[in-house]
Amino acid sequence: MNKIVARVGIYAFLICAALFFFAPLYIMLVTSMKTMDEIRLGQLFALPMQATLAPWRAAWSEVCTGVACEGIGAGFWNSVTIVVPSTILPILLGALNGYCLSFWRPRGANTLFAVLMFGAFIPIQVMIYPLVKILASVGLYSSLPGIIMVHIVFSMPVMTLLFRNYYAGIPAELFKAARIDGGGFWRIFVQLMLPMSAPIIIVAAIMQITGVWNDYILGLTFAGREHLPMTVQLNNVINTTTGERLYNVNMAATILTAAVPLIVYFVSGRWFVRGISAGAVKG
Amino acid sequence: MALVVLVGYLGTALWSLRVSLSSSRTFPTYDFVGLAQFERLFGNERWMLSLENLAIYGVLFIMACMLIGFLLAVFIDQKVRGEGLLRTIFLYPYAMSFVATGLVWQWVLNPTDGIQQAVRQMGFPDFTFDWIIDQDMVIYTVVIAAVWQASGLVMALMLAGLRGIDIEIWKASRIDGIPAWRVYFSIILPMMAPTVATVFILLFTGVIKVFDSVVAMTQGGPGTASEVPAKFIMDHLFGRANLGLASAGAVVLLLTVLALVAPLMYARARKEGVA
Repeated sequence: MNKIVARVGIYAFLICAALFFFAPLYIMLVTSMKTMDEIRLGQLFALPMQATLAPWRAAWSEVCTGVACEGIGAGFWNSVTIVVPSTILPILLGALNGYCLSFWRPRGANTLFAVLMFGAFIPIQVMIYPLVKILASVGLYSSLPGIIMVHIVFSMPVMTLLFRNYYAGIPAELFKAARIDGGGFWRIFVQLMLPMSAPIIIVAAIMQITGVWNDYILGLTFAGREHLPMTVQLNNVINTTTGERLYNVNMAATILTAAVPLIVYFVSGRWFVRGISAGAVKG
Repeated sequence: MALVVLVGYLGTALWSLRVSLSSSRTFPTYDFVGLAQFERLFGNERWMLSLENLAIYGVLFIMACMLIGFLLAVFIDQKVRGEGLLRTIFLYPYAMSFVATGLVWQWVLNPTDGIQQAVRQMGFPDFTFDWIIDQDMVIYTVVIAAVWQASGLVMALMLAGLRGIDIEIWKASRIDGIPAWRVYFSIILPMMAPTVATVFILLFTGVIKVFDSVVAMTQGGPGTASEVPAKFIMDHLFGRANLGLASAGAVVLLLTVLALVAPLMYARARKEGVA
């Protein structure tokens, strides 16, 4: 008897929690398919009486993002052009760093690594203005290469950590054998280590794609007007519009912006969780 | 190569420290005014309000995430059906950006069309839930949104911790007839101390950084009621051209982080050194 009560309690708790977590997504979806007349009725949880996709079209190609009214689609492509290099380059650099730290162990490398790990905790606000100045002095402020460099800098600690820990699990004998066979620094890296790194590269890519896509503050500060990522444009759409707020369009735009990381999450499942725990275990 | 980044990290931090000791406004100057900027900072009402908000937000957010995350992990660990589905539901908000999270909750909590109106129409005409436009309560709405976003993460990490615990402990405690909740509190939780520390560091650094979600949800308003330090600094760096003051604020944040993270890191490093 007691057992049954406990079971019921467990399921009741979990189901209530699941509803709480699921509700916003549900509300976003139904709201984005309602007409404004229906939204004004104030029935937040009701299904749309006449589902319409017009708000989605408006969000993608008509809505005003500050100056221009070309929809949030432009921001989508901006985000893509930022995310692709900001995923590939940090992974390569992180792999290279991890490879150096684990196998070549140059002098002072561990101290450097410790400082880098510490750097991961420096609040962004401390670094943001000096970075603006540095980038401006080389003419890269407010440009695509600029924002990519900033992403490289901020992702370096985690990427290095991921690959260092991964390579620490590879037997040193393998490396020594490759050395004896005459492999040089780059040859061992490209032909031996990188091909062995597939699992960790997937984890790193998931982290970078979601992280960079979801970034707001760096895009806002460093990307410049031409390359504003989708998150910044989304915020402009919703928080700078005057007049009546088109909640259906706003919610459609929000879903569109959240879609990429959500799809990555739903598709990658366990890999996503692995990324979190690998990134979380510092040191 | 890694060196460049270190110069980037250390150099920029030192630069901000230097600027915080100067009288810079729109452009950096390198005179030396001692701690004058810090005095001004702590005499600034908006900054003090933002610190107060950060404290409320930080304490509630960390406690709520830990509690909810731990409970979810424990309950999921009872061999329930549909574990995969539940985990997916609990964790998906973490894949969403703070901006999207803030905007969704802004919509849900908005009094004219959101939850308040929906509940009123269900037959409770006096129901009131307008925290988001209430100066005294607005910071709590930011907490709700943030907890919704991050609890799943805590659950995932805690669950991994729980699964790593030797089942022999459960067998032994069952033989001794210890009730399950006591085992969790007196044995399992202490054993999970490293996980708890990791989660704490993650959440804490998230607290210090809180910016996007406030901008998206309330823009710091109504008035300046939900101002947070990160936003204060950004506004003074770029909007109000007050570099010295902003840098002083940034240094205060940095010191706060170091004060909490350094001992934890040190403890962990020592432990590893011994083992």
